[in-house]
Amino acid sequence: MIVDLPDTTTNDVNKKITGLREEGGALTLSRVLTLVIAPDTAELVEESIEAATFASHEHPCRVIVVTPGDRDAAEPRLDAQLRVGHDAGAGEVVVLKLSGALADHASSVVLPFLLPDTPVVAWWPALAPRVPAEDPLGKLAVRRITDATNGIDPLACIKSRVESYTPGDTDLAWSRVTYWRALLTSALDQPPYEPVTSALVSGLKDEPALDIMAGWLAARIDGPVTRAVGPLKVELTRASETITLSRPQTGVTATLTRTAKPDSLVPLARRDTKECLAEDLRRLDADEIYLTALQGLDKVQYLPDSGEETGDRL
Amino acid sequence: MTAANDAAAPADWRNPLRDKRDKRMPRIAGPCAVVIFGVTGDLARKKLMPAIYDLANRGLLPASFSLIGFGRRDWDDEGFGKIVFESVKQHARTPFRQEVWDRLAEGFRFVQGAFDDEAAFMRLGETLDKLDAERGTGGNHAFYLSIPPNAFPVVCEQLHNTGLASQQDHRWSRVVIEKPFGHDLKSACELNRVVNSVFPEECVFRIDHYLGKETVQNILALRFANELFEPVWNAHYVDHVQITMAEDIGLGGRAGYYDGIGAARDVIQNHLLQLLALTAMEEPVSFQPHELQAEKIKVLSAVKLSYPLEETTARGQYAAGWQGDQKVVGLLDEEGFSKDSATETYAAITLEVDSRRWAGVPFYLRTGKRLGRRVTEIALVFNRAPHLPFDATMTEELGKNALVIRVQPDEGITLRFGSKVPGSAMEVRDVNMDFSYGSAFAEDSPEAYERLILDVLLGEPSLFPVNAEVELSWQILDPVLDEWAAHGKPEPYESGTWGPASADEMLRRTGREWRRP
Repeated sequence: MIVDLPDTTTNDVNKKITGLREEGGALTLSRVLTLVIAPDTAELVEESIEAATFASHEHPCRVIVVTPGDRDAAEPRLDAQLRVGHDAGAGEVVVLKLSGALADHASSVVLPFLLPDTPVVAWWPALAPRVPAEDPLGKLAVRRITDATNGIDPLACIKSRVESYTPGDTDLAWSRVTYWRALLTSALDQPPYEPVTSALVSGLKDEPALDIMAGWLAARIDGPVTRAVGPLKVELTRASETITLSRPQTGVTATLTRTAKPDSLVPLARRDTKECLAEDLRRLDADEIYLTALQGLDKVQYLPDSGEETGDRL
Repeated sequence: MTAANDAAAPADWRNPLRDKRDKRMPRIAGPCAVVIFGVTGDLARKKLMPAIYDLANRGLLPASFSLIGFGRRDWDDEGFGKIVFESVKQHARTPFRQEVWDRLAEGFRFVQGAFDDEAAFMRLGETLDKLDAERGTGGNHAFYLSIPPNAFPVVCEQLHNTGLASQQDHRWSRVVIEKPFGHDLKSACELNRVVNSVFPEECVFRIDHYLGKETVQNILALRFANELFEPVWNAHYVDHVQITMAEDIGLGGRAGYYDGIGAARDVIQNHLLQLLALTAMEEPVSFQPHELQAEKIKVLSAVKLSYPLEETTARGQYAAGWQGDQKVVGLLDEEGFSKDSATETYAAITLEVDSRRWAGVPFYLRTGKRLGRRVTEIALVFNRAPHLPFDATMTEELGKNALVIRVQPDEGITLRFGSKVPGSAMEVRDVNMDFSYGSAFAEDSPEAYERLILDVLLGEPSLFPVNAEVELSWQILDPVLDEWAAHGKPEPYESGTWGPASADEMLRRTGREWRRP
């Protein structure tokens, strides 16, 4: 059910939520977190809600979407929309559109809607504040999720995360490569048990997930890590073998190649935002490995870009 | 890396990419192949094959994973693939994805033969060798014996003779067996001897699928991760404990397995005693498999039957009746059962745990077929408040407080306590506080078999009962079985009810009654 509440107050919205919940029974009683989404454009709203609704099946939550309305309006104004039941996954969605002077006070408007005694997660689907933890919305949250992939300059974006890093920060570019990392890691569990001497990460130029994967490798192995623009693949070199995990353009199946061993195929499709978000909500403690990967980015050697856009989408 | 996998790697080897703090990273099983004996069985089709697909779909199986069926049917690899496909389509938990299926299906093989056919096992060996070369399964094999226990010896021997069971460096060979683990202490020891003569104990994985259930693992979290429950988890506050596993189905078509076995052997010996162990055990020093097993073995060795057995046990056999809206026949009229079968379909026993924590607290275990509904739960029923500052009329509707762990269905926890009824008069009535798994966590938690199969492939033995646990359970149960065999016969009870009158009488003697779960 979708209920529109134009030109309203936070009090009325809260009353309406309680009312709708009573009508609908105790379906939404146990919610594990409040997810605050701050999309910077109206276009992103529906897309973000869809991802949050998907994630809410795994993590029942209240979703609060705050979007700027008409910033230049003379009078401050709050327009709200409530979605419950079928339209809201396993939780409820509150969409708040802030206009006029109110647009700069998103945190004050959100505050009354936070669920008591449950963690708050903030998510900026595209543009994120320079220092998420110091943003008014970010201050309310224990987990702050950014997405460098949608930034204006993705590489600069992911590189800048290390300066603003505060425990609790993560980026969806990082969850995008979890399965790549897991496959590479389990490949190293097999003989020969030799250290990795160098690594190469190659793919699309504007794919920060690859940069952070390179950063992670640089932090973990003792040897040079190179990032190139080209076909999508990761190569780990050891004394007696090379492990390559590669995937064709927009494919769903990757190939794991090892010297002197049969090739094997693995299903490895690009992870959607919704799956990345669901993974990111799974743990709300500080992701130390993410920090080391950000720090590792500094050690990654970038091969000069040949100019051609031959890379593949991860 | 687990202990079992570590054995293959040099002691100083550390995977540079692995980090305990990396909690996102899923554990993917290493290269391996699973051989299922008894592919045509219900278990293989309804549970094992779907669980394997679900694991693949969640990205937890290695790229080289291969599944080999072994059976008498005249199938080729594709024919076997079709059977798996149908079972996955019908029973898998996760959505069907073509790309996952295609990869998985490349590793399907079928070896035709009987268990006593030596040549067939040679062919199995060749198939596995070929898979090692073609797909890189690395010589790691798990043999899933989804077959009647009387076939274990011959299969184990064949695996031994063909060298498939031998443990070599850098590779593993594990065997998975399903209940029943024998039918009394003697036969269990014999079975263990047969299996252990071929596979060392650390390579034997006994599946008790109850232990793979999230709710059962949550017993440990509930007890040992919280401060709230531990203080009352003892004889000072707990009056008694009821562990129930009820089924509404009958035994039509299962005579071959069930006749002569009965409810106590089928359910109490394994599932219920494992649930009791988890409920009653002390805190393990860590969650290492070895430490957990040590605590379970400790508590099981402290478990004693309450005597006299004719008063502290009850058994029954379902008679005709109405199961909900369906008219059903009694056991004696089920196909395949003899007209004078003395097999019990309902069993209840009283146990004591001789420890400081549980002294004097009876543990009532019951199980049955054709009961009111399908439900499994553990209920801790607390003492009545020692002093009630209310007069009797005010607390007439107040029962005993209870903490109920609902294992299935509707997994969760119920806390039952008294609350004032709104109104001007003081009147106290029982109310329920409810935690439901489904609403606080993932919509669907992994099937027990997914978790257990993955643990087998990872060599992670925490959730599998070891030899000693199986033998201890039989030691507890054997006197009851002997007593029942020597005296009387099961009391008939109407299908769709909660068991025979003698079971109610068994609790009434001590002034207690069964919960209606």
